[in-house]
Amino acid sequence: MAVEDYLRMEKLPHIWCPGCGHGIVMGAITRAIEKNGWDKNKVVVVSGIGCSSRAPGYMDFDTLHTLHGRAIPFAAGVKMANPELHVIVITGDGDGAAIGGNHLIHACRRNVGLNIVLLNNSIYGMTSGQYSPLTPEGALATTSPYGNIDPAFDLCNLAMGSGANFVARGTAYHIHKLIDYISQGFENPGFSFIEAISQCPTNFGRRNKQRTGLEMMKWQRDNSVDFKKAQTMSAEELKGKFITGIFCDREDKEYTEKYRQLVEQFQEGSN
Amino acid sequence: MKRVALTGNEAVSLAMKQINPDVVAAYPITPQTEIVQMFSQYVADGQVDTEFITVESEHSAMSASIGASASGARAMTATSANGLALMWEVMYIAASSRLPIIMPVVNRALSAPINIHCDHSDAMGARDSGWIQLFSENSQEAYDNVIQAIRIAESANVLLPVMVNLDGFIISHAVENIDVLDDEKVQDFIGSYTADYSLLDKDNPITFGPLALQDYYFEAKRQQVEAMKYAHKAIPEVAREYEKLTGRGYGYFTPYRMEDAEVVIIGLGSTMGTAQVAVDELRKEGNKVGLLKLRVFRPFPKEELARMLAGIPVVGVMDRADTFSGNGGPLFADLNTVLYGGEERPELYNFIYGLGGRDINVSNLMEIYRYLLNARDGQTLNRVNYFGVRE
Repeated sequence: MAVEDYLRMEKLPHIWCPGCGHGIVMGAITRAIEKNGWDKNKVVVVSGIGCSSRAPGYMDFDTLHTLHGRAIPFAAGVKMANPELHVIVITGDGDGAAIGGNHLIHACRRNVGLNIVLLNNSIYGMTSGQYSPLTPEGALATTSPYGNIDPAFDLCNLAMGSGANFVARGTAYHIHKLIDYISQGFENPGFSFIEAISQCPTNFGRRNKQRTGLEMMKWQRDNSVDFKKAQTMSAEELKGKFITGIFCDREDKEYTEKYRQLVEQFQEGSN
Repeated sequence: MKRVALTGNEAVSLAMKQINPDVVAAYPITPQTEIVQMFSQYVADGQVDTEFITVESEHSAMSASIGASASGARAMTATSANGLALMWEVMYIAASSRLPIIMPVVNRALSAPINIHCDHSDAMGARDSGWIQLFSENSQEAYDNVIQAIRIAESANVLLPVMVNLDGFIISHAVENIDVLDDEKVQDFIGSYTADYSLLDKDNPITFGPLALQDYYFEAKRQQVEAMKYAHKAIPEVAREYEKLTGRGYGYFTPYRMEDAEVVIIGLGSTMGTAQVAVDELRKEGNKVGLLKLRVFRPFPKEELARMLAGIPVVGVMDRADTFSGNGGPLFADLNTVLYGGEERPELYNFIYGLGGRDINVSNLMEIYRYLLNARDGQTLNRVNYFGVRE
């Protein structure tokens, strides 16, 4: 792949901090698009607000940078208006799980054919490190200087429970697997949700004894457990670990397709 | 009292600590974030007694503040730009329910395009929500306004929420030497707060915001207008007491070198500090120019402004927001209304400037004064001018 084909070179270098994982995940998304052989003129990338949401500024597709938490409804509008398009949403843990959490579960429930990549860096990075709904319990943040007491969401479970067709979790460290998950998720015609564990050394790592991006990526390597292997492990063995892999790849009918069929049915009926 | 170097955000956060509110509900947004983040440190360190509620959006931050205030608590939050826009429907409920909530707003442009820098489009979007709106020129004023806001909001017959505006980055992130009060002095000044009506008063159950259709809705709104009149009275009373405590006087506005001025600029926020320097420079050349820094935007001090501006030949109105009415900015519209039909009415010219943080410096303001001086001398000048924009 030539990066120039997928990125707005004049917008680089990017604004992400040294050691941030977001560039890696953005690269994985473009590689997945290339792997799927999509016509770039049929791809729309939508984002909200936050560090992750900066990505579409650099990506050379039709892109829409919207409001905090609202990327999914904007994207659903795009998809409903033109179901032919591949609509990708790039969001983060604050954007997608807090202020936009309601939109996420309802888009999952309807199984709208959107492709969500949620970059989970466990923190509100852009506003300098407030805890988010994905900050682990006990972690330090500017708003929890003595440790976070809020339990974190398991967003993959939430997406599955809400009706998403495809749900997976990868990491910036396991880059080839992440590209595969994104590529497979993007091929599923229903709602796809891929949580990409990314690292924020500036506003999460430095407060939590992981000073560099490298240390944080080693943490991803050492604490992730593949979905299949996790089935054989006890709760005790899984403590403090997180599970990666494809959790579901269902074939429930996609929303805009159902809508099209309904319209067709009644238009035929009226003739 | 001591003199310390603080950013605007630090000064506001310190004022909040000294106020020691019962409840603060908050969500991060640039450039406000630091205020509540630093406040959360005070909470974590036990330096305040506040219940600190981290919410999942600004809509919830205002909702939680309303719940707390309706329960008789002193409630505060803070926000900027789109955070304020997201609060819009709830802000009306705060004002109509007569809840004295205090909210610093670090002024920032509204999207789109996305922009994090200063203008007043956020505050102006909320100008009709029924909130009292104070504007600050610098960190000192932001600090002083937040402390006075408590007293104004909680004054008898007022009971309205107050928004204290400070310019994003220009004030919020710039360090200045300011005078701060001792904690006890602030506590003495604001006193304790006992709500007349509280959801927690189990012996006197009440309802906030019940259905009022054709029968009573209008009366509720009419009473808000009366409350604003009381706010208009309370603001200078609180300011006088605050002056006794600090030596720093505040009014609805601050005149600067207005005594024989023939050309005056009026506006809000940090630009008024810059404009003072421009006035000094132009006065050195013998130009009769003056400045009126407006502090209280809601309630709009109509009679005082009409009196102050009567007989001045030319007034330039600086708006850091547009109404898109095709007829200039919000301050321009209000001033035209106030001066319409008055005697010795000045000629008003509008300058919309600084949107999205576009810089405005002393020489820019001198340029604007020169346009106005030329207008005084008979040259044609557009009623509404967009200053410093490519077009």
